Amino acid sequence: MELSGKCAIVTGASRGIGRACAISLAKAGASVVINYSQNKEAAEEVLKTIEECGGSAAIVKANVSQYTECEEIVKCAIDHFKRIDILINNAGITRDNLLARMKAEEWQEVIDVNLNGVYNCCKAVIRPLLKQKSGGRIINIASVAGIHGNSGQANYAAAKGGVIAFTRTMAKELGSRDITVNAVAPGFIETEMTDNLSDAVKEKIMDQVALKRFGKPEDVAEVVTFLASSASYVTGQVIAVDGNLSM
Amino acid sequence: MSVESKVKGIISEQLEVSVDKLSPETTFEDIDADSLDIVELVMALEEEFDMEISDQEIENIKSVGDVIKYIESKV
Repeated sequence: MELSGKCAIVTGASRGIGRACAISLAKAGASVVINYSQNKEAAEEVLKTIEECGGSAAIVKANVSQYTECEEIVKCAIDHFKRIDILINNAGITRDNLLARMKAEEWQEVIDVNLNGVYNCCKAVIRPLLKQKSGGRIINIASVAGIHGNSGQANYAAAKGGVIAFTRTMAKELGSRDITVNAVAPGFIETEMTDNLSDAVKEKIMDQVALKRFGKPEDVAEVVTFLASSASYVTGQVIAVDGNLSM
Repeated sequence: MSVESKVKGIISEQLEVSVDKLSPETTFEDIDADSLDIVELVMALEEEFDMEISDQEIENIKSVGDVIKYIESKV
């Protein structure tokens, strides 16, 4: 298989897009480090699913907003699989509110996880990745909100926009070492994160989706796996997986 | 092994230049090392000599001799 012998870290892999990425990468042959922050049972379920498909994986609890915890993720990869080839920065949260009502904590929490988390994980991974001297793939899960902006998501959009700029910069810094860095920007994907939106809001979004359906986590995972396995001459790009959502 | 030969060995391995091309006067510019090469070299030196080299100190390292002098002053 195209990713056999490779090790992939997926943050926030217990649910939603992260879960789909972990399973898809494992099916492509990669050994997967499943990071979660709260839902251990869900992480174990992902591990079980991967093992049932004949793949190998390990789980590690870590809150990506804390650098020392990200070091634990890297340690887990090295301990179990002896190397790191792929990092999927997926862990993310929302604290939606209009700016007029957005509390400082709501702003900060989202920046801490969604933006600082990407810095922390990349920083923790970069030394082993450079030392291996065998290239690598970093894929950051951004959002269409980070490209177009989205009412009620100033914190989330700012963090994701930051992730996109970070992606483009890392692509330049690491290109000479054959480490590609790309971002995937999902639109409306059916996950727990979008579950609690009202039907009225969902209907309004659907009107703007050219493909007239909401995306599934697997739709995103497919593109992530493509970037992780093929796409060797693609770096510094942001690929929208949004059914052509016009925001 | 002397610090000098250890340092030359690490530089030669990291930057893929043969040891006999390295003298204390050789600058990193001479051997076409870019900023990321220097960072990787520093990582290898930190590991080999079990020390931490600050960003400010990295800026002062321009030649093979600078590295040797720096390491000798710390070990």
